[in-house]
Amino acid sequence: MKQSFQFSLNSCCAAHSGLNRVMCVSAAAGVCSSSVEKKIYVELNETVPCVRLLNATHQIGCQSSMSGDTGVLHVLESESDLDWILSSGPHPPYIVIMETAFFNRSVMMRMKSSSRVAGVAVIVSKTGLADNFSPHTTCPNQNTGVYSASYGSDLANCNVTVWNPLGNGLSYEDFAFPVFALKDENQTQVIRKCYEDHNLRVNGSTPQYPLCAMQLFSHMHAVTDTVTCMRRTDLQNRFSINPEVLCDPLSDFNVWTSTRPLNSSAKGHAANESVVLAATRLDGRSFFWEQAPAAEGTVSGIVTLLAAIQALSPVTQEAPPPRNIFFTFFQGEAFDYIGSSKMVYDMEKNDFVIDLNNVHSMLEIGQVGLRSGQSLWMHSDPVSRKNDSVNEEVLDLMRRMQSAAAGLNVSLGHPLFTQPLPPSSLQRFLRARPIPGLVLADHQTLFNNRSPYYESMYDDAENLNVTYPPDLNPDEQLVYETDAAKSLAEVATLVARSLYLQAGGEEKSLSNITADPKIVSHVTNTHTRTHSRTHTRTHTHTHSVTHSRSLTHTHTHTHTHTHSLTHAHSLSHTLSHTLSLTHTLTHTHSRTHTHTHLLTHTHSHTHSHTHSHSHTHSHTLTHMLTLGVGVAVLLLSLLVTYFISSKAELLFSSACETPTTAY
Amino acid sequence: MTLAVFFGCAFIAFGPAFALFVFTVAKDPLRVIILIAGAFFWLLSLLLSSLVWFIAIKASNSQDLTLQRGLLMFGVFFSVLLQEVFRFAYYRLLRKATEGLAAISDDDGSAISVRQMAYVAGLGFGIMSGAFSMINILSDSLGPGTVGIFGDSQYYFITAALMTLALTLLHTFWGVLFFEGCEKSCWWVIAAVVSLHLLVAGLSLLNPLYEGSLPPVYVITLLMGVWAFFSSGGSLHSLNALCTRFTKMFIRSS
Repeated sequence: MKQSFQFSLNSCCAAHSGLNRVMCVSAAAGVCSSSVEKKIYVELNETVPCVRLLNATHQIGCQSSMSGDTGVLHVLESESDLDWILSSGPHPPYIVIMETAFFNRSVMMRMKSSSRVAGVAVIVSKTGLADNFSPHTTCPNQNTGVYSASYGSDLANCNVTVWNPLGNGLSYEDFAFPVFALKDENQTQVIRKCYEDHNLRVNGSTPQYPLCAMQLFSHMHAVTDTVTCMRRTDLQNRFSINPEVLCDPLSDFNVWTSTRPLNSSAKGHAANESVVLAATRLDGRSFFWEQAPAAEGTVSGIVTLLAAIQALSPVTQEAPPPRNIFFTFFQGEAFDYIGSSKMVYDMEKNDFVIDLNNVHSMLEIGQVGLRSGQSLWMHSDPVSRKNDSVNEEVLDLMRRMQSAAAGLNVSLGHPLFTQPLPPSSLQRFLRARPIPGLVLADHQTLFNNRSPYYESMYDDAENLNVTYPPDLNPDEQLVYETDAAKSLAEVATLVARSLYLQAGGEEKSLSNITADPKIVSHVTNTHTRTHSRTHTRTHTHTHSVTHSRSLTHTHTHTHTHTHSLTHAHSLSHTLSHTLSLTHTLTHTHSRTHTHTHLLTHTHSHTHSHTHSHSHTHSHTLTHMLTLGVGVAVLLLSLLVTYFISSKAELLFSSACETPTTAY
Repeated sequence: MTLAVFFGCAFIAFGPAFALFVFTVAKDPLRVIILIAGAFFWLLSLLLSSLVWFIAIKASNSQDLTLQRGLLMFGVFFSVLLQEVFRFAYYRLLRKATEGLAAISDDDGSAISVRQMAYVAGLGFGIMSGAFSMINILSDSLGPGTVGIFGDSQYYFITAALMTLALTLLHTFWGVLFFEGCEKSCWWVIAAVVSLHLLVAGLSLLNPLYEGSLPPVYVITLLMGVWAFFSSGGSLHSLNALCTRFTKMFIRSS
């Protein structure tokens, strides 16, 4: 008794005496939420859903029903739990609370094919995590790279090298139930307690009602594929008073700058410009919404290139090299190279400040954060190198990089000639022109133990070995020079020097080009912070709508990615270069969408809040019993009242004053 | 807890009130007006008492639980007293109204007797009290969950509905008795009504010990019902007459 009244007092309403709850409702309307609701539900707010994405032909991701999916809780900790959920448990459907160790392909596929699973909530923690988890495919972007039946057909489809062999492809499956990630340890404890109190089997007997249950809401508006979704959005825009957007194209901005300023309003071929392209990617992804730290996969590349820009800026003012160096950060590379394909497209259509004839060579920074034994690898494309002139250029580039590495703590190697390029933006450029280029990476062949958490939410600071001594406060951590940062600074120096040499600069100026480890540390620390929201979180499918622009690409909404804009502004402050943004959009050329080279990626709109809560669930029998009793009471009272009111004169006739009017 | 529980609890809580309204009040517009006005008076009393309680709560230390509990009890008792005061005020208002009603009616006497007004006023109080007790709980019963995740009883909805039913009937009976007491100037009747109201409110503070609150409240409801019946002109004689008429009808038909 004490426990319950204490609870009711804390919630500022007393729910036991009707009078007092009444008082709360009238006196404090809107101030406190319903205390009855607090007795029923526990809101879980640190949860992240998996959302639905579409391309031209398929849908991937997860979906809940319109009013959420409810199921009895069961914690998946062992194989017997799996049997209970999938076949023997008496109260289907179940919501599965999945321990980290069980979040793998075989278990999820079994869940997918079962009708007894209403949803999955995955406990996200490092304990119990396997040494590798990559929900991406084994051969990323295999259909949109350069290798195809007509170009290096024996290298296509990862025939020679499977780049991500640990990938389980979960991000590309279509689940018909909601999947959420539980990120708050305390709330997970609450859920576990509810489960232990009500749902546990005691000595083999089945648990009795009321049982602990959970409801997950993550309804997605878009279905089937982009074509369908766009058509439906069209219909909404044309015929509805309140048009509802069903999906948005994945769109964002590429960021570029150059050592010698280029007139950004002049489009097409730039006269007398020969440009060395230095590129890296800006994005990452994972299974869940907005949970892509991508530390090794992306941040390492961004930090390196930013530091290289910083290192090059003084010397390119004093002793400018003959060629221009063009730095570019591509967005959306995880989804069939949205950013780089857009830039190549613009170059081909003379819609960009330079075109492909201006490009002399290309150096791309891949995953460079975890090199062991100081070695980095220079990947090149064997098919284009069959041409002698291209081969010469590539070898020149390699030579220049080797000489730039002299005196640095980096040793460069090149993999087998027959090995194809890893998934990289260079592949999109090669589709248009055989440009001599290299991709710098810390893996010789496949990703394997260099990035066991490729494109997953576990690719975080710890994965990049960004660790701080325990006694530092957050401000001190921001400026602390970690070993990872020092390593990246070395790589950045190498990249800067190589670019300078490749651009035709003199060897004697090389020693002045050094990346500042302080700046590298600062940038690395900010980009790998888990709680930072003001700096770039490089995700392709986060957006905030600020305006819509009309482009030649009709009937799509365009959004500015506020994160990358703030990033760009911060870049321009630190580097005093003018930065430019070019908009990238997954192409929707015309209504027919028949262009085979360009795929259309969209992501679904969802309700304003996806959320989950847990509650106790009682048996349908008790529900029916209550309804039965209610109906009985109603009928009985109707009967009795009718009877009494018809016999009223008789019953109340012995009163002193008989009323003259009838009842 | 789904639609079944929602309708079940709604029928339990409001079934008798609905039946009484349909069969005895709905046909006569004057009674409808008295009913609504009665409900309004109850609402006013609630507003004032909740204002007092709210100020008391805000002025006190919210961490001190015994104090909060004490304030709760004070709030309950003050509210009961205020409701009875407003019931008396409504009686005075209706008394004044009967003269006016008598003036404008076609017959010699007034269109409605004090006894009928007492019953309708009590019903009005009861309906409004029931609505405020139950509507909040009903809306929460629509979702998929039931009470119990923090250890509360799972019978919460149904006991709330039963309590509301009892309160509605009690208010009706108290209305009859109170007005009767005021008419006849029998102050002990009024005192009994007030103290029984306080007793019922106090019993509800025993929740969730439902065995301690629901059976006593129903016993009191029954007693009040009997008392109101006798007070409003019924007697054993009329009951007897009813029974004999029934047996005659039964014998005739069989």
